[in-house]
Amino acid sequence: MNDLLVADSVSKNFGKFKALNQVSIAVPKGSIFGLLGPNGAGKTTLIRIINQITMPDDGAVMLDGQPLKPEHIRDIGYLPEERGLYKSMKVGEQALYLAQLKGMSKSEAKSRLKHWFEKLEIGDWWNKKIQELSKGQAQKIQFIVTVLHRPKLLIFDEPFSGFDPINANLIKDEILKLRDEGATVIFSTHRMESVEELCDHIALLHKSNKVLDGKLNDIKRQYKTNTFEVGLQSNNSDVVLAEIKDKFEVLPATFRNLNDDIKLNIKIEESISSNDLLSFLATKAEVHHFVEVIPTANDIFIQTVKNN
Amino acid sequence: MNHLPLIIKREYLTKVKNKSFIIMTFLSPLIMIALIAVVAYLSQLNNDKQRTISVLDETGYLKDVFQNTDNTTYSSLNGLDLETAIALVKEKEDYGLLHIAKVDSLDDISDNIKFYSEESPSLTVISGLERRIEKRLREMKLQKDGVTLEQIEASKTSIDIAQESFEGEKSSKIDNVVKLAFGGIAGYLLFMFIIIYGNMIMRSVIEEKTSRIIEVIISSVKPIQLMMGKIIGTSLAGVTQFVIWVILGGVLMVVVSAIFGIDMMQMQTPQQEMVNQAMQAQGAQAMAENMITAISNLPIANLIVAFMFFFIGGYLLYSSLYAAIGAAVDNETDTQQFMLPILMPLILAVYVGVFTVIEDPHGTVSTVFSFIPFTSPVVMLMRIPFGVPLWQQGLSLLLLIGTFIFAVWFAAKIYRVGILMYGKKPTYKELFKWLKY
Repeated sequence: MNDLLVADSVSKNFGKFKALNQVSIAVPKGSIFGLLGPNGAGKTTLIRIINQITMPDDGAVMLDGQPLKPEHIRDIGYLPEERGLYKSMKVGEQALYLAQLKGMSKSEAKSRLKHWFEKLEIGDWWNKKIQELSKGQAQKIQFIVTVLHRPKLLIFDEPFSGFDPINANLIKDEILKLRDEGATVIFSTHRMESVEELCDHIALLHKSNKVLDGKLNDIKRQYKTNTFEVGLQSNNSDVVLAEIKDKFEVLPATFRNLNDDIKLNIKIEESISSNDLLSFLATKAEVHHFVEVIPTANDIFIQTVKNN
Repeated sequence: MNHLPLIIKREYLTKVKNKSFIIMTFLSPLIMIALIAVVAYLSQLNNDKQRTISVLDETGYLKDVFQNTDNTTYSSLNGLDLETAIALVKEKEDYGLLHIAKVDSLDDISDNIKFYSEESPSLTVISGLERRIEKRLREMKLQKDGVTLEQIEASKTSIDIAQESFEGEKSSKIDNVVKLAFGGIAGYLLFMFIIIYGNMIMRSVIEEKTSRIIEVIISSVKPIQLMMGKIIGTSLAGVTQFVIWVILGGVLMVVVSAIFGIDMMQMQTPQQEMVNQAMQAQGAQAMAENMITAISNLPIANLIVAFMFFFIGGYLLYSSLYAAIGAAVDNETDTQQFMLPILMPLILAVYVGVFTVIEDPHGTVSTVFSFIPFTSPVVMLMRIPFGVPLWQQGLSLLLLIGTFIFAVWFAAKIYRVGILMYGKKPTYKELFKWLKY
């Protein structure tokens, strides 16, 4: 069993509105799985089904090979996008309460909380009320509460919103650490650069359907167009340019470098290898810059959503 | 996983530790007592006020009618004409002038009496005057027909019908007063409790929505557990507050009346005056004895058991609806459209209780309303002191429990969907749709 979580053709209707249509995903153990999609695609509905907040109309969800049941709640840590804490409750009391709701004993929760509070250097917040904290500070508490009971599966919905870059990095490192310790992470966000940084696998939902899923690298391979970004320097650039244009499909490119180069995107046929292109270019001009254009998660996202 | 005790504990502690809750708990009885003291003081002040009423009797028939009392002095202006009398009264700043115009026969007097005053006179003063004049005129008419004063006096009788049930239980009018008081207090208590703490539950649900904690909680516990925990926790806080109010109120009452020497029970309203007169006639001691028998005549055990069941049942029924409303809306201003359907049956129940049950505790209207689940807790609690057959109580309770279960199911549905809906002001149609999600 390599998949911690499997959703098998899950459907959900709200009245006449179809929120999820036969969506299947498989989240491998120990991976960080990006659940992506435009607003209203059904991500939150799917996450709520995994958390047993709503029940699917059709289909099944398996956690660790077993159909979801109420006891699984303690195996999951969920940080919703719409999140908050009781404003007038003290930080420590509140964290204890939420930990106990996840099935932890009070003493266990307390010792683990102390540990986390020291780790994030927020020990003196214990007796403060949430309303005395800033938004980012409250988010830290929220993060701790989510991961405190060491769940097998962590679900983060836009975990970095409300954090400054330093704290966002701190949280990112903690997420990676948790992954290394064996947790599986489902990560839902609109910030594609963090998908790029964190995710091993992704699934893309659009208009209640899954339109794409797999390993991020495999998907990138699928979406690559054999295009190379090239920077050249030559004394008679016009001639060189004409010769290249004659042989390959050429698009203008913009990137930053130090010299006043000819900047090009060159698309080659699959039969030609990158080495062939490079040696051809080397005979014509001095090559300063030669990179294969790999589609970013952002490109893939926009392209897939537009095509559907 | 049963988290109910944990949730109840949190709800209870948050409520009880809340500053405004603590302030209200200790301030309310103070304010109440202060209000009562002020009212009592003012009414005493009012009673102590001396007033002079001038009388211009041109007929001479009503000579001895107007005897001075503690608060009222009558001064006779006989012999003056009306205009001079009015001017004089104005100048003396008397309370008013009673004018009985000259007429030929006794029968015409009643149509020719007028009261002149600067401001419109108090109802008590006028009816007091009317009573005196009526009595004198009746006596005079009887005397004219040859009845002597002694005969009139001797004809006065006072009846106090002794009541006894077929089973031989003796009772009296005092009994009914006591029964009414018990029923009324029980019913009114429930009404107040529902309104105050139902609202508190609603606000606490809304707070969870606006603070956005709800989704975090709901990923750990079932919505219905959260809802029930909220209802029970808030109710326990409510009971705590109520008990403190009763104790504190009682103590303060004693202290205040000891200090200021104001006998709170002696607030003089016209009705009470009459009751007092009736009591004096009976003798205070007999009265007290009657009161005790009346209380011991009440079906005490039945009353306590029924009070617990109907109180809890009625309260839970309404509070689950309050919780559903809280879940359906985003902020308190949006609650109004849903509040009316809840308040209507509640207010209806109190009206039926106050007007119909007093009139006829076992009549059709009272009986029917003591079966309808939304009114039954209040109405039945008011009826029970008068003795309601156990099968009726049982049936009514059964209906109440059935409705309660349905209401919790209904509320839980709305709650489950509503707590995750943000930024929408739902209509009834949408609520109905939620039931099917």
